Amino acid sequence: MTQTPWLSLLIFVPWVMALGLACFYRKDGDAAKKAALVFSLLPALVTLFLVGHFDAARAGMQFVERHDWIPSLAVEYCLGLDGFSLPLVILTTILVPFAILASWQEKKTDGVFYALILFLQGNLYGVFTALNFFPWFLFWEMSLIPAFFLIRIWGGQGRIAAATPFFIYTMLGSAAMLLSFLALYISVGTFDFVKLAELGRTGVIEGALYANLGLTPADSNMWVTLVFFGVLLGVAVKVPLFPFHSWLPAAYAEAPTSVTILLTGALSKMGVYGFLRLLLPIFPGVIREWLEVLLALALAGIIFSAFAALFQKDLKRMLAYSSINHLGYCLLGIFAAAASTHEVAGAATEIAATLNGVVVQMFSHGISAAALFCFVGWIETRGGGLRGLEDFGGLRKAAPIFCGLFGISAFSSLGLPGLNGFIGEFLIFKGVFALVPWAAVGATVGLLVTALFLLTCMEKVFHGPLPEKWEKWPDLSLFERVTMLPLAALMFVIGLCPQMLVGLVNPCSTRMAEWLSRLWI
Amino acid sequence: MISKTWETLLVVKLLWIIPAIPMLAAGVLALTPRGYRRMAASLAIGSMVLAFLFSCLAFYATMIPLPYSEAWRQSYNVPWFDIGHETVRVGWVLDPLSALMLAMVTFVGTCIFVFSTGYMAEDENFTRFFGFLTLFAGAMLGLIISNSLLLLFICWELVGLASYLLIGFWFHKPSAAAAAKKAFMTTRIGDLGLLIGMVWLYSETGTLLFYDGGFGCLETKALIGLVTPAISGGTLAVTGIALLIFCGAIGKSGQFPLHVWLPDAMEGPTPVSALIHAATMVAAGVFLVGRMLPLMGADMILFSGSSPTLYIVAMVGSFTALFAALIAVAQTDIKRILAYSTVSQLGYMMMAIGVGGYPAAIFHLLTHAFFKALLFLGSGSVIHGCHHEQDIRRMGGIAGSMKITFATYAVGMMALSGVPFFFSGFWSKEAILHAALTWTPSMLPFIFGLCGAFLTAFYMTRMMGYVFFGNYRGDSCHAPHESPATMTVPLVILAVFAVLLGFAGTSFWPWCQSYLTAQRVRFGWEEFLHAWPLTGGSIAMVAAGIGLGWKLYISRPVGGADAPDILETMHPKIYNCLKNKFFVDEFYAATWVRWCGAFASVSDWMERFVWGGMMRGAAFFTACLALLNSETDERVVNGSFDGGCKVLKASSGKLSLFQNGKAQRYLCVIGAAFALLLLALEMGVKL
Repeated sequence: MTQTPWLSLLIFVPWVMALGLACFYRKDGDAAKKAALVFSLLPALVTLFLVGHFDAARAGMQFVERHDWIPSLAVEYCLGLDGFSLPLVILTTILVPFAILASWQEKKTDGVFYALILFLQGNLYGVFTALNFFPWFLFWEMSLIPAFFLIRIWGGQGRIAAATPFFIYTMLGSAAMLLSFLALYISVGTFDFVKLAELGRTGVIEGALYANLGLTPADSNMWVTLVFFGVLLGVAVKVPLFPFHSWLPAAYAEAPTSVTILLTGALSKMGVYGFLRLLLPIFPGVIREWLEVLLALALAGIIFSAFAALFQKDLKRMLAYSSINHLGYCLLGIFAAAASTHEVAGAATEIAATLNGVVVQMFSHGISAAALFCFVGWIETRGGGLRGLEDFGGLRKAAPIFCGLFGISAFSSLGLPGLNGFIGEFLIFKGVFALVPWAAVGATVGLLVTALFLLTCMEKVFHGPLPEKWEKWPDLSLFERVTMLPLAALMFVIGLCPQMLVGLVNPCSTRMAEWLSRLWI
Repeated sequence: MISKTWETLLVVKLLWIIPAIPMLAAGVLALTPRGYRRMAASLAIGSMVLAFLFSCLAFYATMIPLPYSEAWRQSYNVPWFDIGHETVRVGWVLDPLSALMLAMVTFVGTCIFVFSTGYMAEDENFTRFFGFLTLFAGAMLGLIISNSLLLLFICWELVGLASYLLIGFWFHKPSAAAAAKKAFMTTRIGDLGLLIGMVWLYSETGTLLFYDGGFGCLETKALIGLVTPAISGGTLAVTGIALLIFCGAIGKSGQFPLHVWLPDAMEGPTPVSALIHAATMVAAGVFLVGRMLPLMGADMILFSGSSPTLYIVAMVGSFTALFAALIAVAQTDIKRILAYSTVSQLGYMMMAIGVGGYPAAIFHLLTHAFFKALLFLGSGSVIHGCHHEQDIRRMGGIAGSMKITFATYAVGMMALSGVPFFFSGFWSKEAILHAALTWTPSMLPFIFGLCGAFLTAFYMTRMMGYVFFGNYRGDSCHAPHESPATMTVPLVILAVFAVLLGFAGTSFWPWCQSYLTAQRVRFGWEEFLHAWPLTGGSIAMVAAGIGLGWKLYISRPVGGADAPDILETMHPKIYNCLKNKFFVDEFYAATWVRWCGAFASVSDWMERFVWGGMMRGAAFFTACLALLNSETDERVVNGSFDGGCKVLKASSGKLSLFQNGKAQRYLCVIGAAFALLLLALEMGVKL
């Protein structure tokens, strides 16, 4: 291998930097912050190179690195990039510096805090690029550890009660997933995602599982179903899929702003990515078999979390539920993509639309939710720790630019056409409606309620008379404006020229859509 | 002809410039600091005038002499993004409908922009106001020229956003903030119908372009596909799609039962009410139904000549026309009366489309835009002159002090009431009623329309009586005064058009009808004489309405500001019911709003106890597992571990430590569990 290992660089540079921060800037929080910002921008250079050299017309893996690791267990160190993972790599690259900037005023942080964030960044890149289960799972678990400590040490009042369930729950899910993959390995002898997808497509996996694990008699579906649900549990907790979501509101609400941004912007995408990379290609048959149940779960998540958000009085919890709602559309799209297609004309196009929509929605949600959580963080700092819906009012008068940018983010989150949120939602609804009409129709309730709670938030916080105690509310500083500028610009760019993003994804989703639409089980 | 076609093509290709100009201005104004008031106003008005000039050019390009060649409708499409092997395209279309609307919106818009410079002169957010107005104008113009339902939907939502921003422009007033939210939410209910209709249409026809050289969704090929059960998978598809799209129109155009937002929208500054909530945006619903007419009526083929979709459109429209007119009779806020009047008139337009009078509907849309903008701006002038008083009971007798406003307002009132021959409203309303009379499925639209005509004349006369006649009942220290020229000149211009425009669609010279349908509509004496009893009847209705209003409110001046309305003394119960708008808002508050809140609290309860409980259960289960593990360590493996393991033993036993969240413990537990299970799996293999 004489090529430069760009993807490995992406992972290891943040790791090395994290180590450096932890060693040399342990105590000096201010210097650590500046160093962390510079370090977190280094992967941007690599990402720029990757974007520049990525062949958008190709559906397969690019920049592949493959090295033997534990040959006897078919464990390889294998990385690659395709249309599904590139947008998430870009998203991570954008969000980590943004998260650091978002809590620039934070006083409690020290070198270890930033070291953990950079460590998390490296692991995120690992999850989005690894192509062999073994390294993928390592990255997956290693991203959990910094997240746990970031909440546990730097979180708010209820940080312990929030961090522990978060850890246990995700850990349980991971355990189930690991078992499933061990069962798969024992049956088909590979951990390689591309190979597993190939086997899943050809229907080999079911038979192999039965042949190798066949404790049960005739019912050959049992093993594959069990293995499927094991993997499902692992990724479902992360997204989260209803009803495995109850760790999320507390964790998001208690985490410090920058960590919440990473949790919602990047970590939740690991889950959706898992659905896209593992479940959909390897187990399309099982998804199809359980389609109604899975769609109903996604739908319940969309609807219940939207209504729960409507009830919240804490802005951060409200946005946390809103995140569950938004990622619910992604899951709806992924499940619907495995629907039986024999009655749908042009099914390949509809599935491709759905998958494009899922990736765009992931990216858009990453941008919009990060911006909104950042604003809530700023509200909290300015309001002396207050962040209740009823604590404010009329802030638009004191801080028009603050309100304007918050408004843009809120409207992007509620899917206003012209901004990024609409593209993903439109594509998902288009595809899902054609494939499973009832699911799309049910999901519109979520769209309505999302608009309702976001506009209520605008009304309660920014509109109405300005109370005397907030008259001195500072508007966005130049620093904050510059922080927000890239995200706000992206909202418009993706909303107006979605081809820039869709163009990266489309070849991949077209290929996957073609074989999903031909799939007969 | 060849050169003409070439010109048209070029105009069509560059049609996007028309919405782009105000959009660009909006972008610039969004970044303009508050201080640059003059620049903001000039930029906004300049962009609108420029858009108007380009619109005139576009309008000229569609003036092809009859009989039309195929060039009368031109579209131009561009790719937007890919899905699978297909490409989502958007585009713009130039045909008589879009050309007429372009000219109307830019012209009325310019008048209202000029008026706003006077009306908003003292507002500190003057710059922002013009920014929002230009955003609206850009989105509205985009909506008009869209050749794709997707692009139309995007602009549709953007005008909704502009409406939200402008209704809530005085955001420090809680009522304005609430009205803005209500408007956005209510229209969004309809918009979700439109969204579903759109994706359904997309999946059935494979395109959202209206016209695409024979392959658009409004062209014969796609429509035949839609009504052929073998292709669409069921006869209901076309009706379902059309009705869902109509849902969007119901929301935007304030039709029953989603009309509740429009009267509340009057919380916005008056120029906004004139431009958005009277002349242009609310007519977008009618425009949409008009634009989608080939689809709306497509189910005709399946139901032997009468389309259920259009039947519903006609019924919703005619019911709204009567319903809102009834409410308008008992309102006391000058702008709310006009708002209910708008709802009612939009009902007429919907009804017209439903009964097959598409040109009549669009003609009424145009005339209504002018005279309703005139009335709203007139009421703005009145409000301005009466020191921001909106209650008509506290006005009165201001005809003398506000002469220009009074004269122009009277023109608007007569146009709206349908006073014969010299006012545009007469001709357009006549055309609608004529279409309703000839509609065979039901006579209800015609009857409702006729009753509505009577009520319209009545409530407008009542309003005139309250506002301009009798004695001034407002605050006596501040006498009402006439508004500055920036406000009166637009009034005069609009008044001229409120008269003149009628002559473009009289039954003697039905230019508008011919132009819109691209068919020569000739004047025939026979039909004219045939329609005379109808014309006579509707004139009688208008006369009766004005006469009754005159008798009750003008010949006998209204009493003091707090005196009950004369209708209230006559029929208190009916008046009360009308005054409270048939309690629709209260009904919604008691049902949907409450259910929504209840469901939200149920969701929250479930979050806390059911799903949260599940999580706690899982945590407890894990904890038990950990305990079991530690016990095993203690008793079974005791002593055989080395010193490092003792540390582990000491720390892993306690549940409390577990809850302290030391990650390595969990890893340890889970690692052990893996090992066990792996063993089990291995044994499974051997078995």
